[in-house]
Amino acid sequence: MLADRDRVFTNLYGEHDWHLAGARARGDWDGTREVILKGRDWIVNECKESGLRGRGGAGFPTGLKWSFMPKTSDRPCYLVVNADESEPGTCKDRDILRWEPHKLLEGCLLAGVGMGVSATYIYIRGEFYNEAQHLQVAIDEAYAAGLLGKNACGSGYDMDLYLHRGAGAYICGEETGLLESLEGRKGQPRLKPPFPAAVGLYGCPSTVNNVETIAVSTAVLKRGAAWFSSIGRPRNTGTKIFCISGHVEQPCNVEEAMSIPMKELIERHAGGVRGGWDNLLAVIPGGSSTPVLPKEICDTVLMDFDSLVAQKSGLGTAALIVMDKSTDIVRAIARLSKFYKHESCGQCTPCREGLGWVWRVVERMVDGDATVAEIDTLQEMTTEIEGHTICALADGAVWPVQGLIRHFRPELERRIAEYRAAAPREAAE
Amino acid sequence: MPKVTIDGQELEVPAGTTIFQACQQLGIEIPHFCYHERLLIAGNCRMCLVEVEKSPKPVASCAMPVADGNVILTQSEKAKKARHGVMEMLLINHPLDCPICDQGGECDLQDEAMAYGFDRSRYRENKRAVPEKDFGPLVATHMTRCIHCTRCIRFLADVAGVPELGGTGRGEDMEIGTYIERALSSELSGNIIDLCPVGALTSKPYAFVARPWELRKTESVDVLDAVGSNIRVDARDGRILRVLPRLNEAVNEEWISDKSRFAIDGLVRKRLDRPYIRRNGRLVETDWRSAIELAAERLKAVPGERIAAIAGDLCDAESMFALKLLLGGLGAASLDCRQDGARLDARCRPGYVFNTTIAGIENADACLLIGTDPRHEAAIVNARLRKRYLRGGFRVAAIGPALDLTFPVEQVGEGGEAVSALVRGDHEWASVLEAAKAPMLVLGQGALARPDGAQILWAARAIAETCGLIRPEWNGFNVLHRAAARVGGLDLGFVPGPGGRDVAGILAGCRSGETEILYLLGADELDLTDTGSAFVIYQGHHGDRGAAHADLVLPGAAYTEKDGTYVNTEGRVQLARRAVFPPGEAREDWAILRAISAALGRALPFDTLPELRRHMAVSHPGLAETDELLPGVWGGFGEVGTIAPAAFAYPVTDFYATDAISRASPTMAECRETFAREPATAPRTGTHG
Repeated sequence: MLADRDRVFTNLYGEHDWHLAGARARGDWDGTREVILKGRDWIVNECKESGLRGRGGAGFPTGLKWSFMPKTSDRPCYLVVNADESEPGTCKDRDILRWEPHKLLEGCLLAGVGMGVSATYIYIRGEFYNEAQHLQVAIDEAYAAGLLGKNACGSGYDMDLYLHRGAGAYICGEETGLLESLEGRKGQPRLKPPFPAAVGLYGCPSTVNNVETIAVSTAVLKRGAAWFSSIGRPRNTGTKIFCISGHVEQPCNVEEAMSIPMKELIERHAGGVRGGWDNLLAVIPGGSSTPVLPKEICDTVLMDFDSLVAQKSGLGTAALIVMDKSTDIVRAIARLSKFYKHESCGQCTPCREGLGWVWRVVERMVDGDATVAEIDTLQEMTTEIEGHTICALADGAVWPVQGLIRHFRPELERRIAEYRAAAPREAAE
Repeated sequence: MPKVTIDGQELEVPAGTTIFQACQQLGIEIPHFCYHERLLIAGNCRMCLVEVEKSPKPVASCAMPVADGNVILTQSEKAKKARHGVMEMLLINHPLDCPICDQGGECDLQDEAMAYGFDRSRYRENKRAVPEKDFGPLVATHMTRCIHCTRCIRFLADVAGVPELGGTGRGEDMEIGTYIERALSSELSGNIIDLCPVGALTSKPYAFVARPWELRKTESVDVLDAVGSNIRVDARDGRILRVLPRLNEAVNEEWISDKSRFAIDGLVRKRLDRPYIRRNGRLVETDWRSAIELAAERLKAVPGERIAAIAGDLCDAESMFALKLLLGGLGAASLDCRQDGARLDARCRPGYVFNTTIAGIENADACLLIGTDPRHEAAIVNARLRKRYLRGGFRVAAIGPALDLTFPVEQVGEGGEAVSALVRGDHEWASVLEAAKAPMLVLGQGALARPDGAQILWAARAIAETCGLIRPEWNGFNVLHRAAARVGGLDLGFVPGPGGRDVAGILAGCRSGETEILYLLGADELDLTDTGSAFVIYQGHHGDRGAAHADLVLPGAAYTEKDGTYVNTEGRVQLARRAVFPPGEAREDWAILRAISAALGRALPFDTLPELRRHMAVSHPGLAETDELLPGVWGGFGEVGTIAPAAFAYPVTDFYATDAISRASPTMAECRETFAREPATAPRTGTHG
């Protein structure tokens, strides 16, 4: 269990003042100038050594990502913070934006120095109205205190920061879709290459980072890479905010050490599964796009990138959706399918056409109105969609279905058999 | 240069080449829908997926640049499976209404489905249906068939410069449309019909008319503007059914303007299909013998200096040559091919052609437009200017009333005043042109077709010479014509000879009685309300203004009905070919003139078109050099004199009605009505649409 002294987000629950004064009391904006003066290379290096991996879902090493930014550029460079948190089950960035906005802003400045950016854009989800208000207040406070803008924190470094509210499309959380939206166009992911580090926002070198990544990087840079990497397992270091929702006694957000066993996480912080651990059916471990894990795996699995990948799932955003035995698992997955079908941008053929198909088939399987052969067709369809598109939305959309087939095929077959038994004439056709 | 291996073949390509292009170099075909070499890359259809070794996912070859050492497999199981998958997804919501689809037989989706489709569908759900859109009178929509390749969006936004199409909605509910329903206001909108890989966008006038395999295809050139766009004329049963662009990188790339494409239904309306003679103030039908005899009788009775001829905008060089030979033999010197009165100078060829060439625009870095609106006078040239603008580092300025050319144009004067200032060097753009590496100026008919046109021509030459537009390796002096016959006529010297009259003089002569016979060869853009007592012979194909005022009407052939030589604004000699026969008793124009000459007893020295061309090649060797641009010798042209400060007036006031053919076309009439009702340039209000 994470010791209190190792906690990064000390106001995660909003118990204290989120304004500048309160944040300063908790250590934010303290020693920022000193870190800036250590220089760009030091910042990137420290981040690399900490082993920090992106908290947005893909888990790409953050220091490495920062190092892709050109050292010299005739165009301005930008940092873009992805606050378009829309993954079902995930609500970690929201609490950071609400209660720890200054940690994020300080992180923007430090990361900005690390990448030599002239401006940072925070793209916040449109539905986060109150969060955007908080953040704007925090930005204004920081500007007024000379922490942002010209000569930020007295370091001689200039960085402007802009807040942009999105209009509530899931796809605008994809990094290049976000850039398109930020530029005022339809939020559709761009082709890569070129990657944003070469051609990003307004055609300039840009890096897109998740809110939590940027916020946590302040602790990495101030307390040192050695401290951060001492938490968790190798390649899966540091602390992480877990969002636990679903059939638990106390749904919550909690900052914990990486690689904590799932069972311990749920039982210690969320009050356990409703009706006891044995009443557990399955858990979606990392936000709705990661494949569901049945209880047998949940018993032992560790909550980190590598061990969840080994179970053919993923850490994603570390948002656990806990489902007890009362859950209609097929219906639950069908609902997720519908969500992804609705949020597909419509650019790539497999995603645009395929997700509607997948959703309709799964929807029929809720009642069992299908054939056993269709389960295999469904599985094949998902492989036709996965990996064939510009961005990863389609992958994330079919993974839950693949997880369903992988772990709950008997349930699907049972429903089909029951449906056919109840409607013999139709089945005979 | 990166070295790649594609299907076992090694290849070295320049850095930045995409996998798709590399495959093309090896002749390996990769199926694709959204990719088009002239449009920006979208990479969204996912049909062109190939396997690249060491890459976990299949790669969209149209968008991925090659990397050194890539091992690319285009026919592997993985690649094929990916394409089969994409094809299945494309077809699940496609209506498969091929039997009633106009694209049938020339549909990319149909073709690729033969290679990558399954023989039956696994899709058991309901198919998507999309409400039809109204894109105006030219483009029919069947959006249920749309496969969302976005070629049409990209074409309109980038090539045409009219970003009126876009995607609305998300995922499977995404629809291509105009946001607020309205007609596409581009002069190039018809090209999206060709670009659409399926039957979602088809030609409205051509709807349900024919199947592609029923058509007889003739390669020809367009004459409705002076660009000389290369076209393919598709006909069935002696009727032109459609016109498509033909690839010519130097001229029209693969685009044509809407007028070139859609005005063809004017070819079967208001046609002159038999000779007419005016009796008691009315035109009455007659036969060829009487018509020819009457023409010969009249021509014989009048001395040559009292005979005049005006050639129209759609004339082929052969007929102008024959007419000049015929009337020249009678001693007539009052010939003119400049109906609009443009004071072009036939003495020096570089003084009346587009020397930079259309493709050469792409090398220019500054352009001054003088009295021309290329968007409406030569839409294809405007597309080239826009293409150059998009690449950056290209300043364009215009002298004349305000213009919307789809790209930014600096307005640097209204008319003659600015030209005079440029000659004096007393104008900002004099130094801009001087400083540019490859400056060009485009002189339009709006500047030339006025009384001081010759002085403006002289001034333009002076500007070109002093500002460094004329160099050994670069000629930035350009005249943009809007009549397809004009350069050919000037090449043939179809201009007043010694003592001859020009167009204004001829018409004045008719009124005063000094001109007794006026021979109009397809000349319709004239004010013929008062031709005095002159005997007017009209030879042409449409019952338009010329025929209405004629005393004798000789029915000729339109450009699709005869083999003819046309010279475009660049001075490029191109051949139009006969696709169908002229209607009724109408005849090819040179043959009519040959018949008159025989009746006159002064038979022209040729009996066939090849013989005519041989004669023409002897006196005008340049006209035999088809598809080539002959270098001209720069010399003096224009006249010194004062220039009136008045503003220029652009010659094309209505893009959809510039000549006898487009005026007879119901489709063009519909366009006029559509765009007159909602002019694209009208100020938009809050409740617009």
